[in-house]
Amino acid sequence: MTALHSAAAPEGAAEPLLRVRDLTVSVRDRGVVRPLVAGLSFDLHGGETLAIAGESGSGKSITSLALMGLLPNNVSVTSGQALLDGIDLPSLPEARMRAWRGARLAMIFQEPMTSLNPVQNIGDQLTEAIRAHEPVSRRDAAAQALVALRKVRIPEPERRMRQYPHELSGGMRQRVMIAMALALRPALLIADEPTTALDVTVQREVLDLLRELQTETGTAIILITHDMGVVAETADRVVVMRQGRMVESAPVETLFATPSQDYTRALLAAVPRLGAGAARAKPLPPATPAPVARLMDVQVHFDIGANFLGQATHRVHAVEGVSFDIRPGETFGLVGESGCGKSTIAKALAGLVPHEGRVEVDGKALAGLTVQGRRAICRDIQMVFQDPMAALDPRMTVGVAVAEPMVIHGIGTAEERHARVADLFQRVGLNPEQMSRYPHEFSGGQRQRICIARALSLRPKLIICDESVSALDVSVQAQVLDLLAELQRETGVSYLFISHDMAVVENVVDRLGVMYMGQIVEMGTRDQVFGNPRHSYTTRLLDAVPIPDPTRRMPPRPERDLDLPSPIRPIGEASRRVRMRNIGEEHFVAEED
Amino acid sequence: MAGYLFRRLVQSALILLGVSFITFVLLYVLPADPVRQIAGRSATAQTVENIRTQLGLDQPLLVQYGRYLAGLVQGDMGRSYLQKTEVSTLIAARLPASLLLMVGGIACELVIGLTLGVVAAVWRGRPLDQGLMVTSFVAVSAPQFVVGLLLLYVFAVQLGWFPIGGYGTAAHLVLPAVTLGIMGSGWYSRMMRSSMIDVLRQDYIRTARAKGLTRSRVLMRHALPNAILPIIAMIGIDIGIFMGGIVVVESVFGWPGIGQLAWQAIQRVDIPIIMGVTMVSAAAIVLGNLLADIITPLVDPRIRLR
Repeated sequence: MTALHSAAAPEGAAEPLLRVRDLTVSVRDRGVVRPLVAGLSFDLHGGETLAIAGESGSGKSITSLALMGLLPNNVSVTSGQALLDGIDLPSLPEARMRAWRGARLAMIFQEPMTSLNPVQNIGDQLTEAIRAHEPVSRRDAAAQALVALRKVRIPEPERRMRQYPHELSGGMRQRVMIAMALALRPALLIADEPTTALDVTVQREVLDLLRELQTETGTAIILITHDMGVVAETADRVVVMRQGRMVESAPVETLFATPSQDYTRALLAAVPRLGAGAARAKPLPPATPAPVARLMDVQVHFDIGANFLGQATHRVHAVEGVSFDIRPGETFGLVGESGCGKSTIAKALAGLVPHEGRVEVDGKALAGLTVQGRRAICRDIQMVFQDPMAALDPRMTVGVAVAEPMVIHGIGTAEERHARVADLFQRVGLNPEQMSRYPHEFSGGQRQRICIARALSLRPKLIICDESVSALDVSVQAQVLDLLAELQRETGVSYLFISHDMAVVENVVDRLGVMYMGQIVEMGTRDQVFGNPRHSYTTRLLDAVPIPDPTRRMPPRPERDLDLPSPIRPIGEASRRVRMRNIGEEHFVAEED
Repeated sequence: MAGYLFRRLVQSALILLGVSFITFVLLYVLPADPVRQIAGRSATAQTVENIRTQLGLDQPLLVQYGRYLAGLVQGDMGRSYLQKTEVSTLIAARLPASLLLMVGGIACELVIGLTLGVVAAVWRGRPLDQGLMVTSFVAVSAPQFVVGLLLLYVFAVQLGWFPIGGYGTAAHLVLPAVTLGIMGSGWYSRMMRSSMIDVLRQDYIRTARAKGLTRSRVLMRHALPNAILPIIAMIGIDIGIFMGGIVVVESVFGWPGIGQLAWQAIQRVDIPIIMGVTMVSAAAIVLGNLLADIITPLVDPRIRLR
């Protein structure tokens, strides 16, 4: 929308709002000075959006903290300039920088859940930001805060002022952050991964909101992101960074159409795209009478609240009447937004939460199994989690970690296990000589490979991948997905692939279920669900996915309900079940009113 | 909230019941014979038996315990064997002094401990921080009777700033309260330091700085209220530790509280007093914890009592 005065703006025409020249930020670690960002230069004009894109470790967040003067103690700007209206930010004394922070330049962060003070109410946090810069009374500041909340279109703003952060959803908290940042109409807003922690439908709304407020206030935005889809949808110009250096800087259309650098091309190629999955030809595993896993009318409830005698008063209907099969050698996907119950299903399947209904693994029902029977089932089902660092014991060498499942199940001698671990390491693309190292010596992608090796060690029939690639950079993500596909071809293992990322899911699954409020609302093959989505929630999810193509930018969508309806009901009150209808060739869709 | 309080009070009563039983059994199996203490060395076997029967100490354990409990629920803690006075009267006379000492001790340890903890966290890794942490380590490890005697020697005997012992004025309170609080201040400074360091790393502190707040405001309005949350629960537990300290400190400074009463009673095997003091202390600990749990949701809006 503002592409006009960005791509076309000739050098030196208008004085840029922010002029960054040869910015170098270094960390001092035990006397050694090491650059984190080196020689970064760019211009930013008023009302323009500049995206700084890059993978983890590219220095994009350090750049934003350097501009704000919020660098950690041992990190500092060692050379170069960052001129805001001609005044060099890094050389401003702290007292003047403080006066500018929040007023002339503001920032919003990635984690709305943790970025607000949990013990102060929203109103106090907003008014405090205003009163830090303007000599207004508490009452006037509160009035201004209320206006700011209205601007970000939070429903019932008066009530929100008195609420605490934990009473608000993630999307609402991010709106509060935006309100706080824009309350004083800063000239520059730095948004560091502002939508990364949000669900896609909420991400869509927050991005639309930012764009709209920008038109209204003329604020220049620096958008830090790893998501090329978000870049394509919001930026006027893009700076691609890698390992602290600028790789390429170009108007967004040029960058996506004709990237000039190999790295940019590789980065763009690795981005999963909706619609690309259809090109992949793989015969669908046939429906069989002997599925690897079968869920029939599975329910998972958690009781909460307490009355006078301490009995529960309410019940969270986390999973409500879910049924599906996973066939041998297939990848079954579960998609949905946070809180829809997809991870709870994984836990029920792995026997980690008590469930009602019937879960069969390899034809045997989980309920009523003896301890030995349960252990045998454990061998057939393994899990790979989202955060590979948290999933590995930091004090255990990775070789021992991969061998541990075999030790627990008493498989093989020490030498046999060692040989198997070495074999698994090779299998997942790691060097067996790395077996004696510790998790912190590996990169994120390598750690996830280790977790996959561990899951494979018992030769399971089913691996549950719960957001297994969500925390990885796109290029690494693509490699890990390739590895999973390769392992499936070789061993015939089935996957239950749980993800919030529609594009990734489309690229890897054979069949999938779309979950909403603890229930499956649409289920079918990939082509059926992605090619012919029939449930309104499925279309809404698909529409919300940012498209990594600036020429297909979409207009802002109409506002929807901000919060998902609650799956919490008083005890005794039944949850409303959806009714599934087969609309042909095993494509199931929930009936809607 | 009412339901929560009700359930907690029932729990508290059960805890006190357990404490009373365990203490009673321990005193019963003690090799020291209270009757010998009362009768004196020269008493005849007949006199000893008479006293034993008179006090009901010839009855089986459970009968004795049942009698004690029956009295206790009516507020009757029995009579002292030696002082021939109601235990409740004895305790009531001395409880105010002990409470005063306890409040002084807690105030002292919180003020010293929390302040030093915040200072250490803000200057983390600098010489000041290292110095404070060594000091706190010494404070934690120093036995109270040594600290008490040392303070007495320096500030009362040598400098003469405070009275050597006794009870009555604010000046009398200073040395005992400091002695009582110094160990706790070592603990609290260490806990506050790590809690504060943890909080200063949180995202909302970065948000507060990004708003352009001054350093002191970020510290006082955003870091401190969050850092103090885990400390509150500790204060409840702390009252238990204080009860032990009170016995020592009251003896060192001649402070007329229940600690001294207990100490004398233990030496003379005056079982009703020992029982009485134990029950009062246990009640204080249980109440302290309950109070801490009730205060927490007032400070932390995320916690609701159910």
